[in-house]
Amino acid sequence: LTCLSFFLAGAGQDVGRSCILVSIAGKNVMLDCGMHMGYNDDRRFPDFSYITQNGRLTDFLDCVIISHFHLDHCGALPYFSEMVGYDGPIYMTHPTKAICPILLEDYRKITVDKKGETNFFTSQMIKDCMKKVVAVHLHQTVQVDEELEIKAYYAGHVLGAAMFQIKVGCESVVYTGDYNMTPDRHLGAAWIDKCRPDLLITESTYATTIRDSKRCRERDFLKKVHETVERGGKVLIPVFALGRAQELCILLETFWERMNLKAPIYFSTGLTEKANHYYKLFITWTNQKIRKTFVQRNMFEFKHIKAFDRAFADNPGPMVVFATPGMLHAGQSLQIFRKWAGNEKNMVIMPGYCVQGTVGHKILSGQRKLEMEGRQILEVKMQVEYMSFSAHADAKGIMQLIRQAEPRNVLLVHGEAKKMEFLKQKIEQEFHVNCYMPANGETTTIFTNPSIPVDISLGLLKRETAIGLLPDAKKPKLMHGTLMMKDNSFRLVSPEQALKELGLTEHQLRFTCRVHIQDPRKEHETVLRVYNHLKGVLKDYSVQHLPDGSITVESILIQATAHSEDQGTKVLLVSWTYQDEELGSYLTSLLKKGLPQSTA
Amino acid sequence: QQQHEDLSTKKLRLTKPSKSAALHVDLCKATSPADALQYLLQFTRKPVEVESVEGVVRILLEHYYKENDASVRLKIASLLGLLSKTAGFSPDCIMDDAINTLQNEKSHQVLAQLLDTLLVIGTKLTENLPVRMRLVEVACKHLTDSSHGVRNKCLQLIGCLGPVEKGLAKEGESQAAKDVQKIIGDHFNDQDPRVRTAAIKAMLQLHERGLKLHQAIYSQACKLLADDYEQVRSAAVQLIWVLSQLYPESIVPIPSSNEEIRLVDDAFGKICHMVSDGSWVVRVQAAKLLGSMQQVSSHFLEQTLDKKLMSDLRRKRTAHERAKELYSSGEFSSGRKWGDDAPKEEIDTGAVNLIESGACGAFVHGLEDEMYEVRIAAVEALCMLAQSSPSFAEKCLDFLVDMFNDEIEEVRLQSIHTMRKISNNITLREDQLDTVLAVLEDSSRDIREALHELLCCTNVSTKEGIHLALVELLKNLTKYPTDRESIWKCLKFLGSRHPTLVLPLVPELLSTHPFFDTPEPDMDDPAYIAVLVLIFNAAKSCPTMPALFSDHTFRHYAYLRDSLSHLVPPLRLPGRKLVSSPVSPTITPHEDPSQQFLHQSLERVYNLQHLDPQGIQELLEFTIRDLQRLGELQSELAGMADFTATYLRCQLLLIKALQEKLWNVAAPLYLKQNALASAAAKQILEETYKMEFMYSGVEGRQVVIIHHMRLQAKALQLIVTARTTRGVEPLFGMCEKFLQEVDSFQRCFISELPHMQGSFVDKLLDLMPRLVTSKPSEVVKILQTTLRQSTFLHLPLPEQLHRATANIIEPTGESDNPLRFTSGLVVALDVDATLEHVQDPQGTIKVQVLYPDGQAQLIHPKPADFRNPGPGRHRLITQVYLSHTAWTEPCQIEVRLLLAYNSNRSKASTKIPKSAWSESLEALPPSENGIEGTIPFSKPVKVYIMPKPARR
Repeated sequence: LTCLSFFLAGAGQDVGRSCILVSIAGKNVMLDCGMHMGYNDDRRFPDFSYITQNGRLTDFLDCVIISHFHLDHCGALPYFSEMVGYDGPIYMTHPTKAICPILLEDYRKITVDKKGETNFFTSQMIKDCMKKVVAVHLHQTVQVDEELEIKAYYAGHVLGAAMFQIKVGCESVVYTGDYNMTPDRHLGAAWIDKCRPDLLITESTYATTIRDSKRCRERDFLKKVHETVERGGKVLIPVFALGRAQELCILLETFWERMNLKAPIYFSTGLTEKANHYYKLFITWTNQKIRKTFVQRNMFEFKHIKAFDRAFADNPGPMVVFATPGMLHAGQSLQIFRKWAGNEKNMVIMPGYCVQGTVGHKILSGQRKLEMEGRQILEVKMQVEYMSFSAHADAKGIMQLIRQAEPRNVLLVHGEAKKMEFLKQKIEQEFHVNCYMPANGETTTIFTNPSIPVDISLGLLKRETAIGLLPDAKKPKLMHGTLMMKDNSFRLVSPEQALKELGLTEHQLRFTCRVHIQDPRKEHETVLRVYNHLKGVLKDYSVQHLPDGSITVESILIQATAHSEDQGTKVLLVSWTYQDEELGSYLTSLLKKGLPQSTA
Repeated sequence: QQQHEDLSTKKLRLTKPSKSAALHVDLCKATSPADALQYLLQFTRKPVEVESVEGVVRILLEHYYKENDASVRLKIASLLGLLSKTAGFSPDCIMDDAINTLQNEKSHQVLAQLLDTLLVIGTKLTENLPVRMRLVEVACKHLTDSSHGVRNKCLQLIGCLGPVEKGLAKEGESQAAKDVQKIIGDHFNDQDPRVRTAAIKAMLQLHERGLKLHQAIYSQACKLLADDYEQVRSAAVQLIWVLSQLYPESIVPIPSSNEEIRLVDDAFGKICHMVSDGSWVVRVQAAKLLGSMQQVSSHFLEQTLDKKLMSDLRRKRTAHERAKELYSSGEFSSGRKWGDDAPKEEIDTGAVNLIESGACGAFVHGLEDEMYEVRIAAVEALCMLAQSSPSFAEKCLDFLVDMFNDEIEEVRLQSIHTMRKISNNITLREDQLDTVLAVLEDSSRDIREALHELLCCTNVSTKEGIHLALVELLKNLTKYPTDRESIWKCLKFLGSRHPTLVLPLVPELLSTHPFFDTPEPDMDDPAYIAVLVLIFNAAKSCPTMPALFSDHTFRHYAYLRDSLSHLVPPLRLPGRKLVSSPVSPTITPHEDPSQQFLHQSLERVYNLQHLDPQGIQELLEFTIRDLQRLGELQSELAGMADFTATYLRCQLLLIKALQEKLWNVAAPLYLKQNALASAAAKQILEETYKMEFMYSGVEGRQVVIIHHMRLQAKALQLIVTARTTRGVEPLFGMCEKFLQEVDSFQRCFISELPHMQGSFVDKLLDLMPRLVTSKPSEVVKILQTTLRQSTFLHLPLPEQLHRATANIIEPTGESDNPLRFTSGLVVALDVDATLEHVQDPQGTIKVQVLYPDGQAQLIHPKPADFRNPGPGRHRLITQVYLSHTAWTEPCQIEVRLLLAYNSNRSKASTKIPKSAWSESLEALPPSENGIEGTIPFSKPVKVYIMPKPARR
């Protein structure tokens, strides 16, 4: 009975600031190192000092694993490794490693340059931090040290997102990060094999939602864009630079291609261009369609989508523009919005959630008159649409993943407490496994029942399987052998070999037993009767009558002598070795019952 | 031929002893196992004759017992299996030996191979029950082997040979053979997944061979669904499906509750569950099988489309439901607001079942799957289920419509086809129609045409729907003018299916006005024609409609009825007589007047044998003209009329040729005139090839007549040559060749000869003894007289006759912009053509490119370039690679399709060796119209090209 404990530094009953500490068979692994978008003070990063209680992080942690490049999963990484100080290995997939620094740099710029914060990590720190990163491939088993190994599985969600299996000996933990069980236009669905981990740590953003098919939403989206463009209107789609933006681009690109449309599509430059470059490179991480067709054409080499220039916004005629940021709170998207809002032919499509207080939230909740800076009033005549394209697994998807992996315990993170409660109950009810949903700062310990591998010598195995019928996979099987424990390893060997290795000589243990039988006849006749009786009863064994007047049943010897005092009583001497104990004791009890009355 | 056969049998006899002997010697010579293996490998490459098989087997077995090396024994074992497959060899004589070899074999691999050999032997002796029983017993004995390979083979053997006949099974006294199902079932729990798979497969094999599986297996199979290995799961899904088909109505309990359900429903739920399996192979398998479970109860079926959406624990309606509601409330899509899809009622947390909900949403998952293979399988399954259940068809419509926007074209195409198949059961709502029509703008021609086909047979519920469809189709027409024909056809059906819905639209469509005359639309506008096609077809069953037409509409009707008769039906118009008499459906085709006309005109020709030559000629000419016109008017008789016209034309040519003056004058003087006779002979030859190979439905009787005509043409050729050449030398050869042909004709059509009284051949055969002995000049003389005296053969007509036609759609030949490319490099030209009534187009259709310099290029399209959109129809979409040296100015090349034939034998054997897509550059004499062995059968299309000199 060993224990496996985990501590949540973030993401416990909360979205954002994912940071989970798992200690498994004496190894400490940190899963994700995210920041919280809601805070601007110390609370935005996990409290690392709590982890070690003033020790050095490098000594305490064996490795850090980052599941994907979203800031709530990797935002605190440079702070953690450079400012707090950690020199151990950091694992992430190749695309994550490529895109992560771009986002971190962007985040740093916004915080330091725009908001003017000090005491924040620098560009150099990001670079130094990335030097500590070890990139892994999908399904590649990486040995962190002699005992600890990790393996990445595809998770969908965003380019390069992965689920990680952490394994020490026979104990294992799977951490999903964020994942998506339904494929979208550019990524496939998460997949895991039946690895039966001791613990599955899964996100639960949509714990209480079962979503509709994606196709309706896609169709609606395309139809709306198409109609507006045909009318000669302009379509504005405010997006964040990475993730959904690419999906929408692919969607529109293929639609344009299919329908032979000519209206221009623009994409605001900068960050996105760099990111698109990586999407082009990591084709193997995308979905079936893109992977299959990239020989002819890389889907991310957009034919219809061009870089946007500020001046294009005033061009006449229809167009579609993707602009950052996604909530219309600043930047290019807001500028274009102001230009186009007055025309009812135009349309703005919000592809995601908007935080309260942003222009996006206002127009979505139906406001038609917006107060902009400088007290000017902007009247919104353009159509406002909302299309949600989210890439998290819904309740059904989470259950499906649990079914695939068959874990023994489930831990819910990255979601709201109330929703988790529901899912927890469902999981316990349907899979009969324990489910946990700790809050931040809580440490939970679960006990596991690890199986201990024992090496068995081939000779013994062959011999033992040859005796019985075919071994049944599901049932335990009894074998005879010697368990040897030597230098922390277990071996099961045959007794002879054990004796040989230990330099001991074999002792034979024999049981002998006398059975008195009332039989007035001659000795050899008695023997013959006993022989016939045994032969009749023990059909499956070889019963032999030896010329010297003794009987053998397999290796058990039976001899009969007349009782020295009473000639009518015969003494049967039954002798067997320790190994034949079962048969021997059966025989004696059989003989004790006496011989059947002979008819002769 | 016969000589050749003789030769080969002789060869057989010679090789028989040498073969086995050689092997024996080789094997004895072999010093090491590697050597022996090498000899055996060499031996495998040569075929072994039936007679020597047994001898070879004996030698191999002999060597087998001696051999110590397992790999050699393995090879011998596999050779035994290979040899017992030899056609005509009965392997029962070697069975005992093969079983004996099993006894002492230690190597698992060899054992497995030997069992495989036994399986081969057993499958050859399926009739022999005792043998099979014996083999099964042997297999059962080895089931306890520790190697998975051996167990695998044993199970396979039992599956293939196990007793299926119920009554006979008891005779086999051995315990083992009695209950093969139990034996196989025991191995469902084997430790090795491969053996488990083999066990399930063996069970399925038994089922296929007709054994009724026990219902008890069902619960075992259900457990296997949770197996760790995908092959096992995949096979288990199949097994469950089989059982659900065998015992659909039995009742099975639901675990963890007291309820019971039908087995087929339970199985359906389980298979639905597998649609969200981890392995896509299993998912495809499951999705496919769902389609064939038609006995499943309807509420289970409908669950597959319901995912029970919720959001924040509140019940949510799907977009489909919302769309439906919007539609039924009479409101049009209002542009979605945020929160429009806000969930409504609270749901009871306890009642929500997230995973074990059986069939719930299986198709929703299947259609959303990551792999397109699964999606296609799901669409197919939907199609099959919808065909059998109209209510389900109605429900799945939304999902199918959604699939029209899939990212993979194949899936889109498949779902359009599916929709077409179930279209009898459904009526499209307007919002659905809207989505369907949006796909008309797809750039893929296949998709658009499939969609046109779909629209041909859809039911539309409202007049707005019809209007919408028309508008979208016209939009499609302007965007892709090449779709013209297909769109017209589509509108024809749309009109005739919905006359009452079209009626209120007529004034608007024709833009007539109660008071004002509107300008007459342009008659050549394809869009206007499209509208008229819709209206006229609707008017056919709606007599009130013509009252709404304006004057020019009637004129246009007359014009279109004549020019596009296949699209415009005959109408009963006020003040006009019907153009063609109403053909009531009760009249059988034989009483059809046009058919009668055809037969009458033929009768006339045949009866007037003894008219003067001039009269015959005229009559033939008239009849040919009549027939041709008939073919144009009556499309269904076109093949027939054409065929007979061709035949009559041949006869006419023959008569004309024979009446030339040249025959009366000394040969050398009239060198010039013979041009006509020899040209006639040549043309007749060509026409006969066309008759033989270009029509589908030609039967043996026609083939005789065609060949007979050809023979006459050849005779004519011979006479002409004899007349025009000096010297006898070349004639010898020709005469001999001709006589050979007569001979082969006699051999091939001996059964038909009695029908050919008084014909050329008939007379010729009478004179045959004389012909063989006489000199060429005499032969020619005889031929000439017989040719003149012979009667005209009656051509019996087959039931159905269709002329193979081809129409090149692309390139259109209208472009003035030359295709420019650098000389010496290659340019790809897209060719798109429709073929009708072509048999085996993959083998016979060629594309010919003629360059202005007379160079001709023949291209064999890839088999994959042919598509089969309907019975008798094919579509060729291919690319032709052009290249040439530099030209000074653009010039036109000709592209046409050719029908290749093999002139020395009939259609059946027309197998031209297909060399993938090889292009042969054959320089041909430009004067030749076609290439020997091919018939040009499409109008040539001119393409403007310009190879530019390469820039340095």
